[in-house]
Amino acid sequence: MSGTAYLIRGATLPDGETTDLLVREGRIAERGAGLSDRGAIPVDAAGLRALPGLVDLHTHLREPGFEQSETVLTGSRAAAAGGFTTVHAMANTFPVQDTAGVVEQVAALGAAAGYATVRPVGAVTVGLAGERLAEIGAMARSRAAVRVFSDDGKCVHDALLMRRALEYVATFDGVVAQHAQEPRLTEGAQMNEGALASTLGLAGWPAVAEEAIIARDVLLAEHVGARLHVCHLSTAGSVDVIRWAKARGIAVTAEATPHHLLLTEQLIAGDAALDPDAVGHRGYDSRLKVNPPLRRDEDVRALRAAVADGTIDIVATDHAPHPVESKECAWAEASFGMVGLESALSVVQAALVDPGHLDWGDVARVLSRTPAEIGRVPGYDAPFAPGSPAHLTLVDPTARRRFGRAQLRGRGVNSPYLGRELPGRIVATFHAGVATVLDGELQTLPTPTDHEVA
Amino acid sequence: MQTRAVLQQADIQRALTRIAHEILETNRGASGLVLLGIPTRGALLAERLGAILAGLDAEIPVGALDVTMYRDDLDRHPTRTPQPTRIPAAGIDDRTVVLVDDVLYSGRTIRAALDALGAHGRPRAVRLAVLVDRGHRELPIRADFVGKNLPSSAAERINVTLAELDGEDAVTITGGEADGGAA
Amino acid sequence: MTGLRHLLASADLDRASAIALLDTAEDMADVATRRVPKLPTLQGRTVANLFFEDSTRTRLSFEAAAKRLSADVITFSAKGSSVSKGESLKDTAQTIAAMGIDAVVLRHAASGAARVLAESAWIDAAVVNAGDGTHDHPTQGLLDAYTMRKARHGADSRGQGLDGLRVTIVGDVLHSRVARANLGLLPTLGARVHLVAPRTLLPFGAEQWPVTTSSDLDAAIADAPDVLMMLRIQQERMHAAYFPHEREYAGFWGLDEERFARLHADTMVMHPGPMNRGLEISAAAADSERSLVLDQVANGVAIRMAVLYTVLSGGRHAGAREAGAA
Ligand SMILES: [Zn+2]
Repeated sequence: MSGTAYLIRGATLPDGETTDLLVREGRIAERGAGLSDRGAIPVDAAGLRALPGLVDLHTHLREPGFEQSETVLTGSRAAAAGGFTTVHAMANTFPVQDTAGVVEQVAALGAAAGYATVRPVGAVTVGLAGERLAEIGAMARSRAAVRVFSDDGKCVHDALLMRRALEYVATFDGVVAQHAQEPRLTEGAQMNEGALASTLGLAGWPAVAEEAIIARDVLLAEHVGARLHVCHLSTAGSVDVIRWAKARGIAVTAEATPHHLLLTEQLIAGDAALDPDAVGHRGYDSRLKVNPPLRRDEDVRALRAAVADGTIDIVATDHAPHPVESKECAWAEASFGMVGLESALSVVQAALVDPGHLDWGDVARVLSRTPAEIGRVPGYDAPFAPGSPAHLTLVDPTARRRFGRAQLRGRGVNSPYLGRELPGRIVATFHAGVATVLDGELQTLPTPTDHEVA
Repeated sequence: MQTRAVLQQADIQRALTRIAHEILETNRGASGLVLLGIPTRGALLAERLGAILAGLDAEIPVGALDVTMYRDDLDRHPTRTPQPTRIPAAGIDDRTVVLVDDVLYSGRTIRAALDALGAHGRPRAVRLAVLVDRGHRELPIRADFVGKNLPSSAAERINVTLAELDGEDAVTITGGEADGGAA
Repeated sequence: MTGLRHLLASADLDRASAIALLDTAEDMADVATRRVPKLPTLQGRTVANLFFEDSTRTRLSFEAAAKRLSADVITFSAKGSSVSKGESLKDTAQTIAAMGIDAVVLRHAASGAARVLAESAWIDAAVVNAGDGTHDHPTQGLLDAYTMRKARHGADSRGQGLDGLRVTIVGDVLHSRVARANLGLLPTLGARVHLVAPRTLLPFGAEQWPVTTSSDLDAAIADAPDVLMMLRIQQERMHAAYFPHEREYAGFWGLDEERFARLHADTMVMHPGPMNRGLEISAAAADSERSLVLDQVANGVAIRMAVLYTVLSGGRHAGAREAGAA
């Protein structure tokens, strides 16, 4: 509870400074060496990295409507387990998050669960149908204070509608987060278009279907003077377009997912063959089916370089839980998406930190400060400063573990990392001073009912 | 593991010549005889017997009868690629078929051969000629013509090599207790 | 020959295994000519034909193959059973597994379905891919290779590959599992494959395959390949802008009578069937002496017998294999 005080001893901040942090009444109360506990619960953070609470700009919580996949509660537990303290809940729920009523409901469910700040994303168009603008103003002004608008899962492909959306959303200091996928070029598409897809007999998903939309949208954003956020970049060509747009001064931000920074299409051919004991992927392993698709090795390398040089601003999970039966089937029949909240930081460490592309200060930027800025989430601008909200996570970067079902704390088990060894371990997470993870264990918070009674 | 030769090239030649004579004696001549060897080495032995018999002025049709698809032990062995079956043009109906194999052991191969024969016709009689009979029968089957009886333990392995396939003629025993008794 | 647990893709076969299968099929083909055209080999084994996609020809061919080997056959086909009502691969597989089956012959509209089934823990049976989406159809590739080998080597086929054989495949390679089945196998056997199609129907990245490609059928014919394989063109393709209309397609990529007349005397014509006569192939070509279309159908049963025999023999465990090494 936020009433409990914690004294975090000897944590190493992203900039390398080692300090104690006193967390009290939801805030960083004191910071410095050798703080006395004054009745606070001591947390030994020697050898651990303290990071600001992670902020995910791209999470599918599935509630309302798809509670068999995930709920706001289970999804925010998964978030906490992964070190996140804020998640942006994508709009493709049922009903769609296209009205003030639905986004307020989702935000309230998040607040009641207490594991993380849940910031609903508003739909750009009614029902994600790509035809009429959703009530963007009402959602922006609602108690959910929506600032990110996205039809994610679908692309706002109509050029005129996209132009209007950019303009209208800018009216409310919001941002359109575009899922860049030209629909006609990706009809029936199953995996990255190339020789491998042709060999596997899976319909190709051309890189140009993503790049063409991004190119159009950055020009539209420039033309109307609005900001644009591009979801889950997956190709080297997309990086080139964003780099060009930024050089031109266009107000565009871009994200990459952890999986697009680590995994390639080659895994779909199977690397475990028929050996049941082998760690790896069977052929056509539907856990690898994701939108946008896994790409080539050269794309992964371009994305890593782009995160390193700031062309890609943030890493966002695109956490997409699905029920087991949606993945236990033939590839073409399987749903797109993989869960990512619990594994995100480990994958970022493996893909970006350990190879030297990012230091921990950069990690704090791409996984906390910048996504909070894009989403206009308050409280992340001065982490660890006395008076700031106590959103933070403690990580043991020296740990290595075989990622398993036990690490998955949401409802979805469609993780491509099961059985894989990953670096890093979340030791503790504090959301507004509440320990959601302590000693590596997800904490049980009072149930929503208890909250209401209290 | 010890390997010792029990038959050498000359022994094998003598054994086959004796079998050829016995076949003619038992059959009272060459009439109606067909030799069918069981691949791989039985088929080679049948060819040799045919040649020896031809030298005795007995022109006997020689063929090969593959039994792979009639075996009852598919699970217990590596997958075998079947070998060609060659039935002489005159067929086997009402003939006396002499099956030829290298080693008679459990009898299961011969059981399979009898079944395989049925798919090709109805012989008047079926005889069996083997180069080596090593015992350990699991079925009520016996050979009519035997090159050499070679009592062996089940732990031993009898290996027949033939010049056409292996470069030299020999029958060897490998493994089991080296009792030195078979000098 | 090593045991083959499943047959999922033609590219999974190495040269020795492929030749062993073709050799085994030689003997299977002979069975049809015997007094008793049936082998007891798979007595007591049950083969389930699981056809999520209707294909009477392939299903009948596998059924005949299984029955000639004395296996019991259970058939689930799309028409008139729950598989047509969207029942999942997993549920159906587990249902038939509960009946105690030794092999599943799977036809499915989704690429990779056979591999997913074989590598799942849902069943323990051998899996034979009878066509998965636009991915592969390995028994088709084998029967095509068998037909080519027979046409080239006749009675001396046993043990032979297809070394030096030049095979030109014409038409909708993009959507063709038959083309992929051939591409996965023929180079392994030493054949050289050339693909001819409009750019819209050549798979993206095909230049990275071990083949040559072009769009000029007349040049390909002038090059006197050993085999000219015409692929079936599906009429709905023209609605998806792969080509304007049938006449234009036939004009550029159809084996019409005029082109057929120009074929080199030794070029054999193949087609996986069913044929659109007058579209990708003229009746004269289809019914000519040089057409191997009927051989392909006839050889299908022998190949499928060889495949069923191979996946169901040889023991399931490494221990059994070693114990059997005689
Ligand atoms: Zn998306």
